[in-house]
Amino acid sequence: MEILQQPWPWYVSGPLIALIMFVLLYFGKTFGMSSNLRTFCAIGGAGKKVSFFDFDWKAQRWNLVVVLGAVCGGLIAETVLDNPNAIALSDSAVKSLNELGFDNVGANLLPPELFSWQAVGSAKGLAILIVGGFLVGFGTRYAGGCTSGHAITGLSSLQWPSLVAVIGFFIGGLIMIHILYPLIF
Amino acid sequence: MKYLKFFIVGIIFGMVLVKSEAVSWYRIYEMFRFQSFHMYGIIGSAVITGALLLIIAKKFNLKTTENTSINVPLKDRGFARYILGGSLFGLGWALCGACPGPMYILVGTGVFTMLIVIAAAILGTYCYGLLRAKLPH
Repeated sequence: MEILQQPWPWYVSGPLIALIMFVLLYFGKTFGMSSNLRTFCAIGGAGKKVSFFDFDWKAQRWNLVVVLGAVCGGLIAETVLDNPNAIALSDSAVKSLNELGFDNVGANLLPPELFSWQAVGSAKGLAILIVGGFLVGFGTRYAGGCTSGHAITGLSSLQWPSLVAVIGFFIGGLIMIHILYPLIF
Repeated sequence: MKYLKFFIVGIIFGMVLVKSEAVSWYRIYEMFRFQSFHMYGIIGSAVITGALLLIIAKKFNLKTTENTSINVPLKDRGFARYILGGSLFGLGWALCGACPGPMYILVGTGVFTMLIVIAAAILGTYCYGLLRAKLPH
């Protein structure tokens, strides 16, 4: 039990993620988390207006069940398997985050400077979450997949489009962190 | 119950992503600053393991539970959609530190402000659907 409460090393976690992808393929499905966003649009009736959402979403119920399980998995990991220690980030990451104005770096999974209700109460804080979420939702469907569909499944099956998409993920990520972060924070 | 196995897969997925800290905004920041090997180790070892599993499945002609052969659906051809869509995704991923899987998982860990991010992501997906015909693919 104690070993499960420790942070799981990358060489255990990475292969486990691959196994999850493989098990879903074995069940005749695919590993794709962002597809659920499209399903939510379809459930909300978007198919009546936009043909992209006019599909039989009930065939995607299995994926919504994966999401439900993932939420429960998050709950279990954060309660039963909770590790009270701070995330062991590199010293350089802690230092550069301190310079940006982030305190107690790694004490929680997410920085309260962005995700506490107090932070979301400000116009800027709210805008960060909305713009970030919007870009993820728009970009993932435009690119036809997210980290699970392209970075894990697509690269594992040696598909060029997925490599291009992952390069895109990094172009966007590097621009955000290196150019836009100093302007935002 | 035919959905139970998917529920279990989801639970394991959620646990792995929290316990590996891959759901952490800090880890994503660190990755894009190249300040730690951690995230590259996770993604890299996942891709290598995944590739090996797919090779083994092909070699031994493993079947799915539906009795079809195991294969990964091929992505459509194209360049613009992958580089442009990917870049937009990357901007958002780095800003809120969560891609679609972690968004749901983090709600489970008690970060309810993540519901705002999920709502915005659904809106973003909807807007892509609206503009789809006008975008280069």
